[in-house]
Amino acid sequence: MWTGLNGGSLPGDNSNQFKIRHLSPLSTIVRPPRPMEQTITPPKGLVRINWVELWQFRDLFLVLAWRDISVRYKQTALGAAWAILQPVATMVIFTFIFNRMAGIQSGDGTPYPVFLCVGQLLWQYFSGTLTNASQALVANAGLVQKVYFPRLILPATSVTTGLVDLAIASLVLVGMMIWYGVTPGWIGLLSLPLLILTAVLSALGMGLFLAAVNVKYRDVRYALPFVINIMMYVTPVIYPLAMLDRHPVAKTLMTWLNPIAGVISNARAGLLGHSPFQWDILVISLLMSGIYLALGLAYFRTTERYFADIA
Amino acid sequence: MKPIIEIEGLGKSYRIGANREKYLSLRDQMAKQAHGFYRRFLSRHRHVPRDEEFWALKDVSFSVNEGEAVGIIGRNGAGKSTLLKILSKITPPTTGKITLRGRMASLLEVGTGFHPELTGRENVYLNGAILGMTRAEIKRKFDEIVAFAEIEKFLDTPVKRYSSGMYVRLAFAVAAHLDPKILIVDEVLAVGDAEFQRKCLGKMEEVAHSGRTVLFVSHNMAAIENLCRRCVLLKQGAVAFEGPTAQTLPKYLADFLRPSSESLATRTDREGTGSIRLLDVQLSVNDRACVAAITGKPCTLRFGFVSACKASVASSIAFTIRDSRAQFLCRLSSEDVGSSLSAGEGHGAFLCHIRRLPLTPGQYRITPTISINGEVSDYIEGAFVLNVESGDFYGTGRFSDHSPVLLDHEWEMFNS
Repeated sequence: MWTGLNGGSLPGDNSNQFKIRHLSPLSTIVRPPRPMEQTITPPKGLVRINWVELWQFRDLFLVLAWRDISVRYKQTALGAAWAILQPVATMVIFTFIFNRMAGIQSGDGTPYPVFLCVGQLLWQYFSGTLTNASQALVANAGLVQKVYFPRLILPATSVTTGLVDLAIASLVLVGMMIWYGVTPGWIGLLSLPLLILTAVLSALGMGLFLAAVNVKYRDVRYALPFVINIMMYVTPVIYPLAMLDRHPVAKTLMTWLNPIAGVISNARAGLLGHSPFQWDILVISLLMSGIYLALGLAYFRTTERYFADIA
Repeated sequence: MKPIIEIEGLGKSYRIGANREKYLSLRDQMAKQAHGFYRRFLSRHRHVPRDEEFWALKDVSFSVNEGEAVGIIGRNGAGKSTLLKILSKITPPTTGKITLRGRMASLLEVGTGFHPELTGRENVYLNGAILGMTRAEIKRKFDEIVAFAEIEKFLDTPVKRYSSGMYVRLAFAVAAHLDPKILIVDEVLAVGDAEFQRKCLGKMEEVAHSGRTVLFVSHNMAAIENLCRRCVLLKQGAVAFEGPTAQTLPKYLADFLRPSSESLATRTDREGTGSIRLLDVQLSVNDRACVAAITGKPCTLRFGFVSACKASVASSIAFTIRDSRAQFLCRLSSEDVGSSLSAGEGHGAFLCHIRRLPLTPGQYRITPTISINGEVSDYIEGAFVLNVESGDFYGTGRFSDHSPVLLDHEWEMFNS
């Protein structure tokens, strides 16, 4: 509530009388301190998300994201090279094993390495983010126990820092597309932000849930690498989604429950241009990522208040 | 005018499970659920054990007016930290209500969030943001912060290369430049060297006298006396007394020296793993149990314990001595003097022999810590009160009662 700036109000003006009462007579244009009254009470029921407060803490969010990025690239001797080396190495090995040895094909004539690269990059973003987000609260226990801020910032930071890795690693994809002479389609370039948004939302949704569970149950983090490993095989990273056409139930389950499946499939269609872009799957992925986010947020918010006691 | 902080009927309960485990594991939880299900529906014994409730704070009410500096004192475990945590919104209360009328910042620790890999400059921005400053605010105060910390030359060095003194100075400097209406400070002044401590206290005084509202928790009675006109004494989670510092301090100090009526073996306000637990502390002089030691004479402190370790383990014991004003005097440690002690299973005792007791007559509070390989096994605040009677330390029949400790020394002189 701001008063005193609306020039028309004079001390005699009834409408504003009580607001001006505490101003000293000398101050004509004074912005009185905002009557900041906040109360702390026991939490009840489902807690709403305080968007205003989140906005007030945007500086902290930026600083923490910047911290994570700069520490990561400072600590590793290879620095940014690591973000490139990792996908390249994985790709060489996967291409050899799954393409040359097991005979899996892209199915639509795309060179397998480029085909794999798109899936691999998005999958690495998703799995890496999920791992980091699930650790976000436990890794920052010192902060959680000593300072107040919306806890949501911590998992949200992991989601953002992963994007920097993704951007750097994308150079590999660009290089490979040039090498294999693949030109991206317009739909692909235009839909890319939407696809990445879907990946971000679903990673954040699941990450929030896992972060909260991880605080409460400390053995979750041992199970998580295993779960993520398995998840890669139920995501079309090394094979095309079309390979599941003969198994309609599995395909439906995958496209509905695993938003990343749709994201990867559509990113391939859009960027590599060998199969049609599937708008229905895009809508499903986006919808499901929204649902995951809502569920993740709800669980996070209900458990958030006790983080400091058990973190 | 309405008080700037209003606390009404504040309470906080923790649930302590039967096994007192802090962290749960999903596996155990699932096993427990399955077990509970079996109990409830299939077994004939339908008694499900209830978790114990522990009230860290109970019905605490007081208010603070704008511009006041209020000290919060009390023994360890009296609920001070819990109160600060609720005030700082880190943990929610179970009952009651707090109304804050102004921007609040809390300082429960210096250097929260400092990252060793980042430079001093980067850490100022990081820590500032964590403490709730905006970027613009930090930028404006940056030079002041750096000057206060006296680390201009090392601004672009990663803080992992800082000495502990530099680290603490920088951390405190950031915190000291917070500019809220209400400042909540935990015992953060006990950091750094003596000179820096004085500087910190000076800064705190400046803050307290600049019309800001300060809530201050400390064991340093001199600092409390200096900064706060009014004090709240907490005892077992409740307000035991509230009033001018001059009236509250004696109540706390009297309480501070009164040995707990409970025997050591059953006291629950202890910390540590409990592998080795203290049972009792006794004072003896020349192998005879005594109620008081004598200045300048030998005495022995006997710390009886029971060990649950199967084999004998390398253990160490240390204790601190504080005087009746809660002033820290010294710390005696078996590690420092190079004694290797290994405690076997069952009962035993650590004996500390003091050849010439250098304490002046009065009462002293002893807080022991037993550790195994550096891990605290048992720690009891104020486990024993040592009474010291007057004795002839220097062999001259005289010494100053005002000197907290006496040191063996000689004088010599020469004219040149």
